[in-house]
Amino acid sequence: MTATVALSGVGKRFRTVEAVRDVSFSLDEGEIVALVGHNGAGKTTLMKLMLGLIQPTAGSVRVLGEDPASGAFAARRRLGFLPESVSFNTALTGRETLAFYARLKGEPVGEALALLERVGLGAAGSRRVGTYSKGMRQRLGLAQALIGAPRVLLLDEPTTGLDPALRQSFYEILQELRGRGTTILLASHALSELEGETERVVIMNRGAMVADGSLAELRRLARLPVRVRLTAVGGLDGLAGRFADCGPLQRVNGHAVEIAVDDARKIEVVRRALADETRIEDIEVTPPSLDELYAHFLRSGEARP
Amino acid sequence: MRTILIIAGKEIRDGLRNRWVLATTLLLAGLALSLTFLGAAPSGATGAQPLDVVIVSLSSLTIFLLPLIALLIAHDAVVGEVERGTMLLLLSYPVGRSQVILGKFAGQVAVLGFATFVGYGAAAAALLASGAEIDATSWLAFAAMIGSSVLLGAAFVAIGQFISAASRDRGTAAGIAVGVWLVFVLIYDMGLLGLMVMDQGRTVTAPVLNALLLANPTDAYRLFNLTGFANVSQFAGMAGLAGSAAMSPSLLLGALGAWALAPLALATLAFSRREL
Repeated sequence: MTATVALSGVGKRFRTVEAVRDVSFSLDEGEIVALVGHNGAGKTTLMKLMLGLIQPTAGSVRVLGEDPASGAFAARRRLGFLPESVSFNTALTGRETLAFYARLKGEPVGEALALLERVGLGAAGSRRVGTYSKGMRQRLGLAQALIGAPRVLLLDEPTTGLDPALRQSFYEILQELRGRGTTILLASHALSELEGETERVVIMNRGAMVADGSLAELRRLARLPVRVRLTAVGGLDGLAGRFADCGPLQRVNGHAVEIAVDDARKIEVVRRALADETRIEDIEVTPPSLDELYAHFLRSGEARP
Repeated sequence: MRTILIIAGKEIRDGLRNRWVLATTLLLAGLALSLTFLGAAPSGATGAQPLDVVIVSLSSLTIFLLPLIALLIAHDAVVGEVERGTMLLLLSYPVGRSQVILGKFAGQVAVLGFATFVGYGAAAAALLASGAEIDATSWLAFAAMIGSSVLLGAAFVAIGQFISAASRDRGTAAGIAVGVWLVFVLIYDMGLLGLMVMDQGRTVTAPVLNALLLANPTDAYRLFNLTGFANVSQFAGMAGLAGSAAMSPSLLLGALGAWALAPLALATLAFSRREL
């Protein structure tokens, strides 16, 4: 694996605002990485730094072995970017727009126009972009990012405005690109949306990186409790008492309790519940959701000095 | 160079699509034609060449109109794209910021040049069609007028680019553009006149006055067209001034050229410092 994007100790200050501070991570070939954080957490700033649109005030950024802000454009030809809420010149048609961007990258126009079919805009290609819906503009944005088979794709909030079917085909395109060794960085403010699509997550909070790892790793690190819900036949008499030592317990209604159990002890709780076979009717085990995981890392990030 | 041409091409296509080209050409042609025919009535008996009359009236028109059109087109070039969000995407491509400025400048000057050439050419064509005789010197003066008009337009496109690159938002850019137009086209000359009256020739000597005239692109343009050709200057009532003017046509053209290049360099500088 070779790193296509490498950030070390990167900081960026806009006058009085410190948009990003001390961020270090590197992205490998064929990796889909989610960059998650609230609005204003520094995701877009990081992308601009990788594009070389702004210079870091501290640390260094390398993209495809180049400093993107150096003014050399070799790396930018191998780079695709989809900005947040992408906009185009409304007077031009979809085909004209794509042809313009293909020429700027020095790529054959015919190949670029084929991308319109790929994102499902083949029929709308001769219409003006001004008549496009938000989802269509987003797809045109994706098509321009894919021009010239980029080795690094930076996508800022790529799935906003896409309906579930389009979202599915969007992720299919990404998986195919990843198979060919493209590094894909997806910025999003919601982690749950990206479940199943990314193997690695970088969480940003107020300009600082608070987590970096696979979802399984992050789960382990967070040590968030698993929720076990027990439904009993008849009343709950004595049930609460027998599980009191497992973790914080909460009554859901007259028939059920929910226990927040440490991940390591969840089997023990389930065994105990099964032993009580006459009374326990149903067991439901819920691992922490991605949103809970995300919230956890945001909290822990804030707790730091 | 290729990149500059691609951006210029897109700028021209934009101009065609949003009907800037059409509107500007029709406006200039309409005004030029009406000036030609209105101006033809009194000139009949004086023996002045009909095209020379047209040159005098058209160059006066150009001084007001072309800077305004140029600033209208150009003031939005950078700040408009930044506000609409299209600049971020454009700059993520292998495109330098100076190439963006130069490409937009080239495209907008091409649009303006086309409108001027066709619009004013229509006036000359109408004269020919009406059976007027036009000699070679008049043709030369007319060609020089069109060329210098485009150069004047280029100077104001460059000024507009600088305003656009340096302004925080579109509203500010539009306000500054209107202010710049007022200063160069109206206020500057009035101020200069007032200064000369008050000064009574003590400090504002001929060389100082010449320098002050060169410091305004519209004055350089006016002097070039109204004094540059003897047949025209006679009719423009500028013959006396033309005789005493120490400035050669090439100096005046040079000043116009400098007025296009300097703001363009400043625009590039301002844009390269801009944080997106």
